[in-house]
Amino acid sequence: MVNKVLTANRLSDGISVWLDASGNWVEQLQQAFIARHAEAVTALEATGKLAFDDNKVVDANVVDVEEVNGTLRPLRMRERIRAEGPSIPYAAGYNGLAGPNFAA
Amino acid sequence: MYRYDEFDHAFVSSRVDQFRDQVERRLSGELAEDAFKPLRLMNGVYLQLHAYMLRVAIPYGTLSSRQMRMLAHIARKYDRGYGHFTTRQNIQYNWPRLSDTPDILDELASVEMHALQTSGNCIRNVTADHFAGAAADEVADPRPYAEILRQWSSVHPEFSFLPRKFKIAVTGAERDRAAIQVHDIGLHLKKDENGRIGFAVYVGGGQGRTPMIAKKIRDFLPEEDLLSYTTAIMRVYNLHGRRDNKYKARIKILVHETGAEELSRQVEVEFAALKDTELKLPEADIQAISTYFAPPALEPRAEGWESLARWKKTDAEFSRWVHQNVQPHKHPDYGMVTISLKPIGGIPGDATDAQMDAVADIAEEYAFDEIRVSHEQNLILPHVALADLEPIYRALVVAGLATANAGLITDIIACPGLDYCALANARSIPVAQEISTRFGAPERQAEIGELKIKISGCINACGHHHVGHIGLLGVEKKGSELYQITLGGSGDENTSIGEIIGRGFEPEKVTDAIETIVDTYLGLRNDKSETFLEAYRRVGPQPFKDALYGGSAQEAA
Repeated sequence: MVNKVLTANRLSDGISVWLDASGNWVEQLQQAFIARHAEAVTALEATGKLAFDDNKVVDANVVDVEEVNGTLRPLRMRERIRAEGPSIPYAAGYNGLAGPNFAA
Repeated sequence: MYRYDEFDHAFVSSRVDQFRDQVERRLSGELAEDAFKPLRLMNGVYLQLHAYMLRVAIPYGTLSSRQMRMLAHIARKYDRGYGHFTTRQNIQYNWPRLSDTPDILDELASVEMHALQTSGNCIRNVTADHFAGAAADEVADPRPYAEILRQWSSVHPEFSFLPRKFKIAVTGAERDRAAIQVHDIGLHLKKDENGRIGFAVYVGGGQGRTPMIAKKIRDFLPEEDLLSYTTAIMRVYNLHGRRDNKYKARIKILVHETGAEELSRQVEVEFAALKDTELKLPEADIQAISTYFAPPALEPRAEGWESLARWKKTDAEFSRWVHQNVQPHKHPDYGMVTISLKPIGGIPGDATDAQMDAVADIAEEYAFDEIRVSHEQNLILPHVALADLEPIYRALVVAGLATANAGLITDIIACPGLDYCALANARSIPVAQEISTRFGAPERQAEIGELKIKISGCINACGHHHVGHIGLLGVEKKGSELYQITLGGSGDENTSIGEIIGRGFEPEKVTDAIETIVDTYLGLRNDKSETFLEAYRRVGPQPFKDALYGGSAQEAA
């Protein structure tokens, strides 16, 4: 089975967040709780729906990830960009993700 | 430019209060997302990949320095220090907090701006020629009519829940700089044989997944009938537009399926009933609105010719900038300046808060306090004395805004793409940056001449790829980005939809493919005066296919 994590956007500011093992919404994909079997995925889906209904987050989705040398990597590029931010330098102090760590 | 009256102020202010209440109720949990989403969209607030996005309306792309400074202030205070000017002559902020949006809208209202109707199935921001009121080839200024349409369409009760979004563009010159033939309604302002002002009316153009060139259904509509005839079109569309299928809901599909002749007949039936109603525009009203757009008093500044010639002789870069970015004005002592938001290797359409402030300062000091946003994602100073070009150029250099590439290969339109947009399938900005860097040398750009590259990160075509001389459409194939190339598109008075040239290219190969296309053009053009588009229309796609795919039918399929 493909591993999965639960992601959403925080209601108040829209920032991308992931659910960690303690049930908190965190801004780093790498801290996300990984569902490795069907029951865990079902639990994530239920948690996402609950958080949406509770008006904590919007656009909650379970997404596919793989672990590469201990690092989580979403399978879809869209999710990689959500996790890492724009792949381009766009503002003072932000260097974008065009560097070696970003795998398109 | 147009100034709010008491009604406008009260209306925009009440909408801010209303939205503040809605946001508070959303954040407290009183309003669920399903109920709130249409409300936030009506106020220009989208949810994108990383955050909310706020799209602010810039009616027909016209701004004062005061308004531009407010846009800079919002970028600085509520966002991350920059904004993105769009192909609809608007500006988008990529990182606003939902909780801040009522304050942002409140600040916008203080300078007579808002974000209404920048989303949703309503009549969107009416766009116009960015050289309106200044261009030497203009019959009349299209902005008074765009403003009349804006007032008429704002929260129009009958047209706030259309089958799909609806875009109107107006141009006042034979040379179409507003891409009217790829709009739902395109209006070409003209005079008849008696010197009366009116419009050629085009309907059913658009890009997206089904690109269509608009059909002309009226050769001359008298100006007083603008609202009655537009209402007639909207009524036919509202009644018969495909509400059953989002992808077939735009008026272009209705025009295509009904046929322009039959649709025109239906419009005329509606129009006959509306023609002499309260929708008929009184001459006094047209005059009153036109007064707001009266050109500034342009004093003779003939000394500019001599000083301009002198400066050009002593500074090759200044000379190049004038040649490329300054267009003839109605007044011989003046010019229209394009401030390129396409620095070599930069992000098309982005401007920092400091750059916005710099443009505001320059406009205030030298350009009668007037700024335009072009649908090609640049800024325009429409009225500049030739005598002032040199100090303006120096100030733009300091602000990093003096790139001399208007209309050249690096003046690329690109949507935000997958770096920001929730709808995108592929990135647009890095592709634009790489092409810009590859072709950035001034001599090379000058040798290539006019060439418009337009890039979209999905089939919705916000980057106008269908009408790019070279268009790039990013798609997702097997989890990776792939770029489909179209050639021969154009969004001017001779509008054409680009033709797909063959199989797509991976991100690392797309710039090489563009270079092959450009080299092929340079090799086959009659002479330097034959532009890429002219050459393509003369020879067709085959030489380009041969160059890209080695003549293999399978490759080019």
